Amino acid sequence: MEILETVFVRNSLVVAFAVVGLTIWISYFLADKLTKGRIHGSAIAIALGLLAAYFGGKATGGSTGVADITLLGGIGLMGGGMMRDFAIVATAFGVKLSELKKAGLAGVVSIFAGVIVSFVVGALVAVLYGYTDPVAVTTIGAGAVTYIVGPVTGSALGADSDIIALSVAAGLIKSILVMIVTPMVAKTIGLNNPQSAMVFGGLMGTTSGVAAGLAATDPKLVPYGAMTATFYTGVGCLLGPSILFFIVNAIL
Amino acid sequence: MIVYGVALLSACLILGMLIGELLGVALGVQANVGGVGTAMLFLVLASNSDKFKALVDGASGTGIQFWSAMYIPIVVAMAARQNVVAAFEGGMLAVVAGVAAVIVSFALVPVISKIGNSGTTSEESQ
Repeated sequence: MEILETVFVRNSLVVAFAVVGLTIWISYFLADKLTKGRIHGSAIAIALGLLAAYFGGKATGGSTGVADITLLGGIGLMGGGMMRDFAIVATAFGVKLSELKKAGLAGVVSIFAGVIVSFVVGALVAVLYGYTDPVAVTTIGAGAVTYIVGPVTGSALGADSDIIALSVAAGLIKSILVMIVTPMVAKTIGLNNPQSAMVFGGLMGTTSGVAAGLAATDPKLVPYGAMTATFYTGVGCLLGPSILFFIVNAIL
Repeated sequence: MIVYGVALLSACLILGMLIGELLGVALGVQANVGGVGTAMLFLVLASNSDKFKALVDGASGTGIQFWSAMYIPIVVAMAARQNVVAAFEGGMLAVVAGVAAVIVSFALVPVISKIGNSGTTSEESQ
């Protein structure tokens, strides 16, 4: 057992490659046999990943899901921000400039619309739950934008740590939901071309959610959605503690 | 050489991230503003330009394609390291806020896509 642990820990990233590869193989097998290809294999793999993250978090009490289990620590590196961004940028290889230009305006509109709409919805829910303090309402609204905008806004405004935790939770729910629901509703919302993928990325904004949701829908759309999504958090951090807070402050 | 493509990809990411950080500082926000998006733009420009042909054609290109193909496995690993427990322990308020934001955002996708489409068709007809 000790030898096993030594080998696994020393080669953590390699272990992660093997474990993820096995997970994807099982997922594609299940997608093929159980759903006859109706649910995409990568959607199942992502769902399995989230499920594993839940049990990993429950078992260890840590905050990085499966990666807190000693033997699977490499998952943390493989699925971390650095590798994610590296692979996302790589998907832009082969993207046509003309497609980007076509959706340019709609893409920019979607980023601002997405931040504002998510913020308003989150803030309204906070008010419905009885919050009247402008700082708390703004922080929770910002959490509904993304789980990065929430704490950035909250700490800029001096919100309590439990409100900040709440805003992170709201953002996490959003991100997880986008991962799972996107392939299911893709057809209904017309998510089948580069233009709508850019609008989708700008509206949802959660890079992880958009990245996983589009991967499970159609990997060809990933670069377009990811391109706009990566501007969303920046715009959210810009608007949250400033204009959006002033508006909330004026209303409440 | 495969490594040329990988190096080009890395250079694009680092350059984009630097610009994103600088933009964040300039705007006074504690975040990287569009670093990854800018990096993607650099890679698109490089792969569409003749000057960088040696870095994106043939074996060099496979170095970039490899990482592009590793994207889904990396996303699966990313899913496996999310703080799912915290998301559900945030209570009903967090769940309702997250769910409502997603529903409204999804509903807007066809609406805003239409703005873009009508814009392009009018451009094309001109």
